[in-house]
Amino acid sequence: MNLPEALVSSVGWGLWAYWLLIALMMVGLYIVIARDNLIKKVMGLNIFQAAAILFYVTMAKVAGGTAPIVPAGADHAGGHGGHEIVYSNPLPHVLMLTAIVVGVATTALALALAVRIHGDYGTSEEDEAVVYDMEHG
Amino acid sequence: MKPPSRVREMPILRVIARALVPVILLFGLYVQFHGDFGPGGGFQAGVIFAAGLIIFALVFGAEALRQVVPVVLTERLMAAGVLLYGAVGVVAMFLGGEFLNYSALDPLTTGHYGQHLGIIVIELGVGIAVAATIMRVYYAFVDRRADEDGTGADPALDAGAGGEAT
Amino acid sequence: MIEKILVLEVVLPLLAAPVCVLVRHPRFCRLFSLGVIAACFAIAVALLVEVRGGGVISYQLGGWPPPLGIEYRVSTINAYLLALVTAMALVVFSFDSRGGPPRVPEQRRHLYYAVFLLCISGLLGIAITGDAFNIFVFLEISSLSSYILVSLGGHRRAVMSAFYYLVMGTIGGVFFMLGVGLLYQATGTLNLRDIAARLEPSLDDRGTVLALALLVVGISIKLAVFPLHHWLPNAYSFAPPKVSAFLAATATKVSFYLLAMVLFTIFGAPFVFEELRLQAVLLPLSILAMFLASGAAIFQTDLRRLLAYSSVAQIGYMTLGLSTANATGLAGGLVHLFNHAVMKGGLFLVVACLLYRVGSVHIDALAGIGRRMPLTSAALVIGGLSLIGVPGTVGFVSKWYLVSGVLERGWTAAAVLILLSSLLALVYVGKVVEVVYFRKPAETQPIDHVREAPLGMLAPAWVLAAAAVFFGLTTDWTYGVAREAAELLLAGGI
Repeated sequence: MNLPEALVSSVGWGLWAYWLLIALMMVGLYIVIARDNLIKKVMGLNIFQAAAILFYVTMAKVAGGTAPIVPAGADHAGGHGGHEIVYSNPLPHVLMLTAIVVGVATTALALALAVRIHGDYGTSEEDEAVVYDMEHG
Repeated sequence: MKPPSRVREMPILRVIARALVPVILLFGLYVQFHGDFGPGGGFQAGVIFAAGLIIFALVFGAEALRQVVPVVLTERLMAAGVLLYGAVGVVAMFLGGEFLNYSALDPLTTGHYGQHLGIIVIELGVGIAVAATIMRVYYAFVDRRADEDGTGADPALDAGAGGEAT
Repeated sequence: MIEKILVLEVVLPLLAAPVCVLVRHPRFCRLFSLGVIAACFAIAVALLVEVRGGGVISYQLGGWPPPLGIEYRVSTINAYLLALVTAMALVVFSFDSRGGPPRVPEQRRHLYYAVFLLCISGLLGIAITGDAFNIFVFLEISSLSSYILVSLGGHRRAVMSAFYYLVMGTIGGVFFMLGVGLLYQATGTLNLRDIAARLEPSLDDRGTVLALALLVVGISIKLAVFPLHHWLPNAYSFAPPKVSAFLAATATKVSFYLLAMVLFTIFGAPFVFEELRLQAVLLPLSILAMFLASGAAIFQTDLRRLLAYSSVAQIGYMTLGLSTANATGLAGGLVHLFNHAVMKGGLFLVVACLLYRVGSVHIDALAGIGRRMPLTSAALVIGGLSLIGVPGTVGFVSKWYLVSGVLERGWTAAAVLILLSSLLALVYVGKVVEVVYFRKPAETQPIDHVREAPLGMLAPAWVLAAAAVFFGLTTDWTYGVAREAAELLLAGGI
């Protein structure tokens, strides 16, 4: 094994998609933790969720696979004129359709709560709201 | 000539929106019913349909949309869509199958027809619920200014309950 | 017969919610919801009777056989959870909160009932389904509706607490989803039993260990296991009191089942507790929760916050039972689910009674209330004694089996610590009882106008207080079922 190959296997560059997803996830989590603005927190939460959704989508990819729609004329065994057709896995996509809906519902609710908080506190900044709570009980 | 300041007064937008909205709605229906044969289905169709109506509202004003689809109607449709979905499942149970077993809807043949019928009705329920929910969320945020004093509406409840109904 | 209508357990409340939205009439919605919950309770009891002694009922949703289709699968542990959730929902829902939650006007009350039903439906769904992704969906249905319910409390900070709860809960939910994804990647299936059969967990397989880590952390956030509990005290103290009672009695219990199911059924006790030695983390955290949260409860001046911190401590007892990984300890943890639900649900309903009559549950406002509201205060005392673990109450039963389980494992120090932590409970309960019965009301806050709570409030609170005594004396039903469930879990089944 030469050096570059050893480097690749030791840090796992072969799994570059996962590194990307983890980076995206941490970006989202960092925004949720570090930002005081509630709307930005919701955006961070969205990025965090998107990373998880992308994880499922990458998982569904089958090398050389096509969209999982049986073309007209294909027999039930999946052959098409003598060729085997390789399909990508549709199940994770279906699961993510549900996860996206959950994400939309969460975002809608979070924004609605943020609007309410703005109405009650007069601010969308978490630190200012904390100060307001300390002053007003 | 000074360009009109408000979106609603821009003639180009008004003309194009008037032409596009029906096409978008039609495309929504196509995606809805083509879902049985190819890519499509209730989720996508519902969003497209609601988006068409929301474009209409953005150009012609929320009041104009309110005359077509009142807020109360969106709330009712939201619930009705979910109930339509559930009803298919319950009917299948009464016909002797499991919950949502579409084959039971068609006891005479081998169940092939029942599968078609079941999925079409279910997707219709999904489409209605999604479209109504998206519009209800839109209304919830548009109506904020009207009751800024806060006693009347509860956007948290509306948006949340709506989102979940899908 | 029961196996044909098993799915109604989830479907009834799920479909009753849109019916409430359609009908819009608040009184109809209330009675209708009550009827639906009662029907669910009946189904749950029938299921429990059916599966006692090792029976299993499987239901194929849509007629698609597992592992491809979604399977609803009920064994003793699932039926136990279903009965627990529906029973608590029934008692709490029958509590007449006179005008509903503070922030919901009359013309929108139907939406409140709809959200309540969705929450129940989600919790029941988690307990009944045998499909990993289906659990995620139900988890989010119940969580989203809990956020809404919490935000309806009258105080400004209720909305802020709901927002925190939402952020934490969503992070937990995403962790859970990622964990399920990794399991799917490793096994190619989502059916829980199928995953368990195909998964060969090993410490060398990083994917599996990561899946376990994500699932445990995700569920622990929803369960409020000690350092991840931060959302709970605020959420429980600012939610409408009826909602606090319901969530305290059910939501964390279902999360506990989920944690036990992941550890014992999917990964299996040999891997988790012998190879990975999770108890090395779980046991210290449980003991810290028992001491630090009880310690925090002592210093609270608001009765709701006090009870909320006590809940975090009680969750510590449950996870302690989990970390023993033997039948006695696990059964102790599982029986504590029911016992804690009964006492904490009852206590939060007492809080609701006090709030209605006194207007505040600040400790100073309650001085001398024992004379004015004797029945409410008596229920408070029974609940408090149960939290301490006095013999004759349900709290004693749980602690007895927990200590036995810990001793069986040879952890004498942990057993001593359980007993010591009960002393902390004695302090915070004693503080409340002292104020309620023996302190003179402050001059500035006359309580002469305060009367006993109305019957519609008192009756549900007393049902739970009586249950706390009844099941403290008769343990055949509760411990019998919990023991059976624990043995089932240890054998890797559900």
